[in-house]
Amino acid sequence: MAGSDTTAQASADRSAPDTVKILIAGGFGVGKTTMVGSVSEIAPLRTEEPLTMAGLDVDDLDGVEEKRATTVAMDFGRITVSDDLVLYLFGTPGQQRFWFMWNDLALGALGAVVLVDVRRPKSSFAAIDFFERRNIPFVIAVNGFHGEHPYPVEDIRESLTLPESVPVLLCDARERESSRDVLIALIDRLIAQAAPAG
Amino acid sequence: MGGSDSAGRLVRPFTLTGGRTRPSRADFTLITTVTAADPQPETAARPQPEHLRILRLCAEPVAVAELAARLDLPVSVVVIMLCDLLEAGRITAHPPHPVTRTTPDLDLLQKVREGLGRL
Repeated sequence: MAGSDTTAQASADRSAPDTVKILIAGGFGVGKTTMVGSVSEIAPLRTEEPLTMAGLDVDDLDGVEEKRATTVAMDFGRITVSDDLVLYLFGTPGQQRFWFMWNDLALGALGAVVLVDVRRPKSSFAAIDFFERRNIPFVIAVNGFHGEHPYPVEDIRESLTLPESVPVLLCDARERESSRDVLIALIDRLIAQAAPAG
Repeated sequence: MGGSDSAGRLVRPFTLTGGRTRPSRADFTLITTVTAADPQPETAARPQPEHLRILRLCAEPVAVAELAARLDLPVSVVVIMLCDLLEAGRITAHPPHPVTRTTPDLDLLQKVREGLGRL
């Protein structure tokens, strides 16, 4: 897009879009990056933050090797919603010990998708708890292993002790349309909450 | 200094920021959009090579997280350099769309809904 003819054209091209974000959360290895990648218009990008820079106290100073390995990786993708609005999807760091980063991530997010692995639903308990405590709207997306869903939604809802108000969807995070439908379900929940009752 | 490659990778970013670890401004979130000023201000100070890389990458508007990923640098380091560039008038920063739980923006949500529907 280099080399615009007129300055008017250039300044129109260069006007920055508004941005919003949605978090894709869930336990380690549940398919967060897969979901980001299946709907993103770009291959998922990764940022790595050394923990020492993220403000964590390092009490073990002999361990240069330890420090070297300690980075938090975060994968994210992008969906251009319209000319002037871009949606970013951030996969939250899965391991529990990196949760201090979630507060920053959650700030200003529209809402969250909590991915649940049918084989290990408990690994997403902590994520559910995080969003419930902070009153951040979320939907549950049950990611089927190889796209298979052996359990009905109601069983999963019960095992996660979720209230009726939280939508539970079955999905295949590898599929663009399936992941898109999960995001739409989240937005629908937000719209329902925003619209005047009735 | 041990001098191994991967240790160097973590030490080096601090040299880019003159040893500072805290941004002087809080106006850069992950999805704040930055754009290089065009034309660039005429000042005597020549931008550092890393600053020039940033300016090239944000010739068109780009989000801070994307910039960090493309530079292969931690967000915290990129933000410090962006503060310098903002102070020097070399970039403009566009904050994310504000999101509040108390007064949700229905128009915004509809727009996102329609955009996702087109995927």
